[in-house]
Amino acid sequence: MTIAEKNPQNCLSDWNGIMERDIQQEGEAQKVNVCDPPSESNPPAETLVTTFCLLGNHMFADTVEQKEARGTAVKKGGEENVDQSHCAANEQILDVEPHCNQAKKLETENSEDQNNASTNPADSECEDAAMDNDQSDSGEFVVTMLAKAKLEEQGIGLKGRSSPLLEAGTQESHGFMSHRDEDVMADSWRQHRKHVFVLSEAGKPIYSRYGSEEALSSTMGVMMALVSFVQSGDNIIRSVYSEEHIVVFLQKGPLVLVCVSSSRQSEEQLRAELLYVYYQIISMLTQASISRIFEHKKNYDLRRLLAGSEKILDGLLNLVDSDPSFLLAAVHCLPLASSLRESLSQTLQKAITPNLVFSILIAKNQLLTIVQEKTVIEDTRLEPADVHLLLNLIGASSAFQAGEIWTPICLPLFNPDCYFYAYISYLDPPECTVCLLLLSTDKEAFYAVADCKRKIEEAMVAQNSLSLIAKAQSYSVSQVGVSDLRHFMYKPFDVPDNYRQLTQFTSPEMEAPYSSEDEKMRLLDLYRFMHSRIHSTSRPLKLIYHVAERETLLAWVTSKFELYTCFSPLVTKACAITAITKLLRWIKKEEDRLFIRYPPKYSTTPNPSKSSRGSKSDQQDTTDNGFLSLL
Amino acid sequence: MAIRELKVCLLGDTGVGKSSIVCRFVQDHFDHNISPTIGASFLTKTVPCGNELHKFLIWDTAGQERFHSLAPMYYRGSAAAVIVYDITKLDSFQTLKKWVKELKEHGPEDIVVAIAGNKNDLGDIREVPMKEAKEFAESIAAIFIETSARNAVNVEELFQKISKQIPPLENAEVDSNESFKLTRQPAPSVRRCC
Repeated sequence: MTIAEKNPQNCLSDWNGIMERDIQQEGEAQKVNVCDPPSESNPPAETLVTTFCLLGNHMFADTVEQKEARGTAVKKGGEENVDQSHCAANEQILDVEPHCNQAKKLETENSEDQNNASTNPADSECEDAAMDNDQSDSGEFVVTMLAKAKLEEQGIGLKGRSSPLLEAGTQESHGFMSHRDEDVMADSWRQHRKHVFVLSEAGKPIYSRYGSEEALSSTMGVMMALVSFVQSGDNIIRSVYSEEHIVVFLQKGPLVLVCVSSSRQSEEQLRAELLYVYYQIISMLTQASISRIFEHKKNYDLRRLLAGSEKILDGLLNLVDSDPSFLLAAVHCLPLASSLRESLSQTLQKAITPNLVFSILIAKNQLLTIVQEKTVIEDTRLEPADVHLLLNLIGASSAFQAGEIWTPICLPLFNPDCYFYAYISYLDPPECTVCLLLLSTDKEAFYAVADCKRKIEEAMVAQNSLSLIAKAQSYSVSQVGVSDLRHFMYKPFDVPDNYRQLTQFTSPEMEAPYSSEDEKMRLLDLYRFMHSRIHSTSRPLKLIYHVAERETLLAWVTSKFELYTCFSPLVTKACAITAITKLLRWIKKEEDRLFIRYPPKYSTTPNPSKSSRGSKSDQQDTTDNGFLSLL
Repeated sequence: MAIRELKVCLLGDTGVGKSSIVCRFVQDHFDHNISPTIGASFLTKTVPCGNELHKFLIWDTAGQERFHSLAPMYYRGSAAAVIVYDITKLDSFQTLKKWVKELKEHGPEDIVVAIAGNKNDLGDIREVPMKEAKEFAESIAAIFIETSARNAVNVEELFQKISKQIPPLENAEVDSNESFKLTRQPAPSVRRCC
């Protein structure tokens, strides 16, 4: 393999010198130097292409072969304008990304060009100045670079010292990664549907969903190079499209999150998922301490602090893929007779102690009831995302089943910089399905809060609540009584009282033909597709009637609700409309059972000023989160 | 019979088997795929000791670095601290020494320290010689024992040794979980870490 001519060596220096140093240390600098000066044709774009290919060659097995056929486009500003037929028209999934078949695109965000959002697809696609000039050249360059990266990853230094990137990765190798020893060179690794990577701004690996972070340090270095390069032009890289994959970037403070997906989800959906990953990290460390750590030491290895928490992130990503709560940004609560839910809430309301702010009862990983401190509920509400993170924390760890847990936890949407102290205990050992979660702002309150649990436990035994909860379960779509309806998801917007309430949704069990994991995933993918059309930033829709291969879907959003329904394939449009009318009537009738209608509250603080909004941060533990001591 | 509550905390590197030891002691159960502890886990178990009942209030702390700053909350007011290391991981023994130092500097004065070398069943890949660990324990006057949570070796014994080191109570204070502090004259046999 040879280094191509016209390699933009001067552009390499733009990558914050990362790759350049790399090359020189490998003794390759001479070869790069003999290159002709870079052509005048938009070198930044060219370099982007090169860098992307470097990434692509590792991530996508097909890239090298398709070198000649590849077209490249750099897009700034406007969103991709998906061709959308009229909402009522029948559609084919196949034309979701009509422009992606041949082009690899880089979308970058340019503050000056944001008004381009409405340009038509032809316009936004044509800024491909670099496209024809050096395709094969950059391709060859990429192959060479890739070969080096691979050698590095296999631990074979080419010459002299290994790259700074690699060094950073291997020095920090600890034993705790043993459970993720997947071979990152294997095809099976490439074929994962959705990869998620987290790295620091210095390019240090923090988390990879599959494979060990060390083995991927070169790949992550390339990702960081891409991010920094685009950043050096006062732009922010947002996504890269290829035939089968989409790469989505999210920068949050000193962290860079990257998703490489072949799931056909929209860029916005994938970015929302990355945001959940970010929030889960924040929930463990707080935003303030992450910023502080990286302010003090840019190349800090954050895995030191996340050690042992990979399972929580793994669990979150599995949940994001399989649970529509994340897609809808709403909480699913277990259907329960409203009288039982009320009596449970009253039980929680009675067992209080100063500084207790949330009492949450969970069964089968779904919400039973949630009671909030009075002043808290007036000031702010618990966001669905925070509840999702809590549910994931409980679901992802079997460690809670043994005893009573006391742990600091941050609710990023409530306040990203402070810790709550969470008391977590199962009420029905050894089955461990009913879980009590009490959140306090007082670090030392364990024994007081544990006392609340005993009161709750006693009251529940007296009322025989546990056996009643055990009987509660999700419902079957057949209860609705509409023959062609197979499944639905309903998220109401109307709120029955004055409180800003937790956003909820209801959905029946997935039954045949969606009982296998694959079929469940297929239905969820259809819902995700409908969701992306409804919430498209360029052309949002109110109503979609979509005839898919094996079912027909109808999605409808109004000011009162958002509804996704799945019918058998033979349903007619008129039938579907009638069915939805019936469904809405049924939900109205059942809403007291399906939703938490009147969120109860309590007042725990004898001194009202202590929990007022102004002193919210005083009340929480801002000072003693201890990470300074690590620096 | 009088019940005495004894607060005991487990400290040590992540993955050395603190939760497994507690799980074996409290539930006589071993889980191969145990999750890392989050924050700290609180469990209790009552065992007879002489003419008293000792109710162990066990704080099983997380070994992960991010929870390190919470440790004082758990060892403060503890009657005993069990510092666990993994006999197959030299690093975990180094961490143990840091914990000993921290307890000496910031822990309660009369705390009983026990050193437990866990994963005794994996003797063939041992990295920490028993002799070295034992000598270290003697140098700080700590209880020393090698355990295997998996095979239920020496787990009961570990807590029995702690029980014996706790000075017998002379007055009948039973309801406070800090009752051990009331004993002003520890038996001469008590060895302290500092």
